[in-house]
Amino acid sequence: MASLNRAEPERSGIVASLVARRRARRRVRAEQLVILALLLIATLVSVLTTVGIIFTLVRESFGFFQEVSVWEFVTGTKWAPLFEPQAFGVLPLIAGTLLAAGIAGIVALTLGLGAAIYLSEYAPDRVRRIIKPILEVLAGIPTVVYGFFALSFLTPILQSVLPIPVIFNVLSAGMVMGLMIMPMVSTLSEDAMVAVPRELRDGAYALGATRFEVATKVVVPAALPGIVASFILALSRAIGETLIVTIAAGATPNLTINPLESIQTMTAYIVQVSLGETPQGTLVFKTIFAVGLLLFLMTLTMNIIGRWIVRRYTERY
Amino acid sequence: MERQQAPLGSARVTSQIAASVTRPRYSGPTPPVGSATARSPWRRWRDRFFFLLFFASVAIGIFGLAALVIDVLTDGLGTLDFSFINSYPSRHAGESGIRAALFGTIWITVGTAAFAIPIGVATAIYLEEFAPDHWSTRLVQLNIANLAGVPSIIYGILGLALFVQAFALDRSVLAGSLTMTLLILPIVIIVSQEAIKAVPNEFRDAAFALGANRWQVVKTVVLPQAIPGIMSGIILALSRAVGEAAPMLMISSLVFLTFIPSSPGDRFTVLPVQIFNWVSLPQPGFQAVASAGIIVLLAVLLSMNSIAIWIRNRYQKRY
Repeated sequence: MASLNRAEPERSGIVASLVARRRARRRVRAEQLVILALLLIATLVSVLTTVGIIFTLVRESFGFFQEVSVWEFVTGTKWAPLFEPQAFGVLPLIAGTLLAAGIAGIVALTLGLGAAIYLSEYAPDRVRRIIKPILEVLAGIPTVVYGFFALSFLTPILQSVLPIPVIFNVLSAGMVMGLMIMPMVSTLSEDAMVAVPRELRDGAYALGATRFEVATKVVVPAALPGIVASFILALSRAIGETLIVTIAAGATPNLTINPLESIQTMTAYIVQVSLGETPQGTLVFKTIFAVGLLLFLMTLTMNIIGRWIVRRYTERY
Repeated sequence: MERQQAPLGSARVTSQIAASVTRPRYSGPTPPVGSATARSPWRRWRDRFFFLLFFASVAIGIFGLAALVIDVLTDGLGTLDFSFINSYPSRHAGESGIRAALFGTIWITVGTAAFAIPIGVATAIYLEEFAPDHWSTRLVQLNIANLAGVPSIIYGILGLALFVQAFALDRSVLAGSLTMTLLILPIVIIVSQEAIKAVPNEFRDAAFALGANRWQVVKTVVLPQAIPGIMSGIILALSRAVGEAAPMLMISSLVFLTFIPSSPGDRFTVLPVQIFNWVSLPQPGFQAVASAGIIVLLAVLLSMNSIAIWIRNRYQKRY
């Protein structure tokens, strides 16, 4: 091999070109190996992100649960880590979160499902091509803008018709959050409805059904898994939403189902502590990791269920 | 003209329908709303009523969007002028400006792009072109889908614990950019994968047939075809980062910055954090200042989205 590299000038033509090709091939192969290594390292980043999230949340929560029992955390009905006497019952935060997400869910399901039925069953192609992007703009507006909208526009309107004691109330925040997640419900539900084969519709029309009957008795039942999945995914989004509830729903942990009251969600609590003067490493600071872990587990479960339904029930026809 | 169609319900038709992956949208002859198909007046009336109801949900959505835009414009347009863009925040509403936040947003966006684009595109190339069909690959893919659904505030907690504290980056531009990178990475990966998937396999086969190895195929054939799609997807992902407030609130905290960051190690604030700050101030004048800030934020997002759509339309190929 080595002798070939020092080929004499007179017979160098073919040999030299063979050597050059062999080197080029080796270089190409080496380049691919280096690139593959780099690509693998990049792929590892997303794996490590998950590991990092779980490790951080679990480690700090572990420190928290050494001082506060899990039982007290999960069943306590009073949340007051920032005041004396301290109380670490997370139920008021969960109640506030679910109340806000529930209101958002009602709004989003009503509007989103109606919009999906209109777009899939009624709207002419031209109209749909205009309306869909407009609705999807709703999902792209920053949440801080929605928070401002809830506080400065919707809350005063609600206050003028309902007995709302303080400016912060979960109804306004929840309704605006519903507007935000509505396109999620309508887009995913519409996808599910469009996938319903036209034979099913034709059959119903042939029997003399009206459009409404076809939509509600044929299309919606057939697309139900997709609709349910869209709803679950949208709810999970609402549970993790931070800015709207921080701005418009208040900062009072409150075990209530009254939508006119001020509450605090898990996300809003995390923001409150991280903006305050709480020194790192203290028990109060560790609460955000325990609450964060709970939030992570709730949204993860819902996302897994939602995506499982989508996967399980698509392309069945 | 097409050949005569096979009779409906014949084996060929049904198998064609079963084979089609993406179904054409239903567009057959359907009776108009409230038509004579329904003989009973009650059913006809119900049909009309619900048509209006379904249409109303679309209308409410659009009305909500319009109300939001009008609310922001009427509150903020009076405050929005050059001195607002060019001033630092102030105790006095009339003198407050958005300069620090605007430049902070530019810093964070550029920093996020610098990390997220190479890592995200590389991951997408690996998953689409190199990864074996193996359970570990499917696990990575599942993991990315799950990360895309993690609430943004969780990324704030991670960034605070990891970058600000463990890496001792303090509340710097670098810490903020890295946190945002992790937040938008799943989106960047997913949109890049979509763009790579859209390149037809014939292109790859042709390059392989010429003796190219996998990386050469990716470098010379797949990437040049996929780049417009990747670009427009990445701009949309970055616009998500521009509007995201929760993790930035935790990393930058509410600061009263009267300087522009001059290096990645400096403290920073971004548009949504500055807006949140103004929204939570009780003094009346700051509502208008917050609205003016929102107009600036929406203008930035609108231009980013327009660029993305322009790229997509300009370079979109149909095979």
